[in-house]
Amino acid sequence: MDRRFPHPDLLAGIRVSGPILLGIIPFALVAGISAANAGMTVIEAVGMSVFVFAGASQLAAIDLIDSNAPFVVVVATAVIINVRMLMYSASIAPYFQAFSTRVRALLAYVLTDQAYAMSVAEYERTPDRNRLWYYTGIGFTLWIVWQLGTFAGAVIGAGVPEALGLEFALPLVFLALLVPAMKDRGTTTAAIVAGAVGLGAAVAGVPLSLDLPIAAVCGILAGVTVDAWRNI
Amino acid sequence: MEEHMTTWSSTAIWAAIGVIGLCTFAIRLSFIYLFGRIDTVPDRVEHVLRYVPAAVLAALVIPAVITIQPTIEATLVDDRVAAAIVAGVVAWRTEDVFATIALGMGTLWAIRFGPSLLGL
Repeated sequence: MDRRFPHPDLLAGIRVSGPILLGIIPFALVAGISAANAGMTVIEAVGMSVFVFAGASQLAAIDLIDSNAPFVVVVATAVIINVRMLMYSASIAPYFQAFSTRVRALLAYVLTDQAYAMSVAEYERTPDRNRLWYYTGIGFTLWIVWQLGTFAGAVIGAGVPEALGLEFALPLVFLALLVPAMKDRGTTTAAIVAGAVGLGAAVAGVPLSLDLPIAAVCGILAGVTVDAWRNI
Repeated sequence: MEEHMTTWSSTAIWAAIGVIGLCTFAIRLSFIYLFGRIDTVPDRVEHVLRYVPAAVLAALVIPAVITIQPTIEATLVDDRVAAAIVAGVVAWRTEDVFATIALGMGTLWAIRFGPSLLGL
């Protein structure tokens, strides 16, 4: 085992986080700003980022708290938005099997869309990458920047220039990972169907952010079906 | 004690943060914990899992890029769609995340701000 510190794969993980931060920083600022606008204190805003650490669900919760929604609605909405991470947990779990329970709990705590997608893509591309250090490099870089960003947003409380559309960097990150993930007929079918269903669900207005899990499950089923068909 | 614009008390806010945080952590830990307890991931499960990245990523990207408008033309003539097409080609040719973002955002800004910068 490589005993150098910092481990080169930790640095590699931190390095690949760079471009993602373009999308994360404005997102974190917005989370802090909207918490402040809803009347939450700086400590509450940062506390939410530390304990929840999931942007979309935080924004939804803040929005509902701001409109004085019932407690149960706020909690249920935020949790349902995070149900998609069940899929990430299942997908990345085989790579983490060798680690102790305590380490796995820590890795689970920093599991996000970005850390999941970047790590699994890299594990497949480069099998001798150190899984623990690489994932840690991404996961904790995002964690630190998310905390600092919400803190800054909550303190500033003012607007980020919206016309810049910096939040568009996030879908571009996902797109950069999606293209190589479509590596054969099955995975390409899964992507096309999931994208189409996601778009349809957005138009139909599926409540409680269930669009994503529904679209993903349809895509996965389509991929499985196409490959099963060919192998008959 | 600071005043809230929401009528929620500080206690209620912290309670919501605590419950959401615990549930979210349980979701994240679920399979990472379970698969550590069993020796191998069942073949059938692994077979299904190989489609997860493509499906999830597409479900995140497409609705963020495309907004359905009344006509096909209005739907497709959009700065985000144009930027995503450029970014998609870059991703396909280079598989480089930074290049994809740089050229994608560059395209978006060129379309949004280019004409006024050129005095058009």
